[in-house]
Amino acid sequence: MEAPNTGEFAHIGKSVVIKGELSGSEDLYVDGHVEGSIELRNNSLTVGPNGNIKANIKAKGVVIQGKVDGSVSASERVELRKSAVVNGDVVASRIAIEEGASFQGKIDIQREPGKAVAS
Amino acid sequence: MASVAESVMRFFRGSSDQAPAPAVPQKRSRRSSGMAEISRLLNSEEALCVLDLGSTSANNISFLTAKGHKNYSEDLLRASLDPALRVKDETGKLVPDIKKFLEENLTYQNGLFDVVLCWNLPDYMEESLVKPTIDRLWSVMKPGGLLLVFFHTRDAGPDAPCYRFHITGTDMLDMQEVRLREGDKHSPRLQRVFNNRHIENLFRDFASIKFFLARDAIREVLLVR
Repeated sequence: MEAPNTGEFAHIGKSVVIKGELSGSEDLYVDGHVEGSIELRNNSLTVGPNGNIKANIKAKGVVIQGKVDGSVSASERVELRKSAVVNGDVVASRIAIEEGASFQGKIDIQREPGKAVAS
Repeated sequence: MASVAESVMRFFRGSSDQAPAPAVPQKRSRRSSGMAEISRLLNSEEALCVLDLGSTSANNISFLTAKGHKNYSEDLLRASLDPALRVKDETGKLVPDIKKFLEENLTYQNGLFDVVLCWNLPDYMEESLVKPTIDRLWSVMKPGGLLLVFFHTRDAGPDAPCYRFHITGTDMLDMQEVRLREGDKHSPRLQRVFNNRHIENLFRDFASIKFFLARDAIREVLLVR
């Protein structure tokens, strides 16, 4: 998948390292390294193929192509693309996993939209 | 147990030629009586906790979460082969560190799981890890919980490929050869063949054991915790 147009997404490039709490009110594309936490309650997060996240993630939707160590909570959909490596629990309303993705942890599908992030 | 199993494997290996492995992992289908019984439970109860010990399978996650169950995934065979788990024994041979393996894997609260899908893990896991792993599974399962395990029969031969199992229906599985690393020509090697008595001993703490008739050189076993 191509990196999204940076005009539509806040973009953290692959050479960027962030340690701490990351929150915002716009969609975010992370292709770099983030340690801490990421919270985008009403927006979506995309972890690019070079992305390496060691953080708990809360967002409306999450697409993962890179590596995530930490829990992922989405009020809507979580997508694990074929290059994704996820170690941690996932709570979402819907989930899609491509063949080839690696996942270790718990998947809990919450049927009521919004419950996943709110909890 | 080990000596009998090793003899069986020596017998196999003595007559085996190195057949060229297919370049691309092959998929086959299998009708599974054990999975049919598991499905009956999955269809009759809600919000069960299910542990899948195979490689990540999108099919399995979709199948289980679509029914409202919680799906836990842990690729235990891959974890057991982690070089960081190796220690030298008194003869200098590298062996798995059982204590460390259990500290880093299957670390769940006791009595959590209603269903465990073990697939063919015991056939491919190193001997010293098999019994501790089964004992840990017993601990993390609920009383009355179901454990599904597949064992090869002798007819499978020593080069029987290691499969991961994708649930495609209530009693249907797709079998796909496991490749631990991209570019591997072979799947992990069969470590041993268990006979019925070995299996009964391995699971002697479980409340009941049910053997299904072997099909395609694989014997399914369903255990009740």
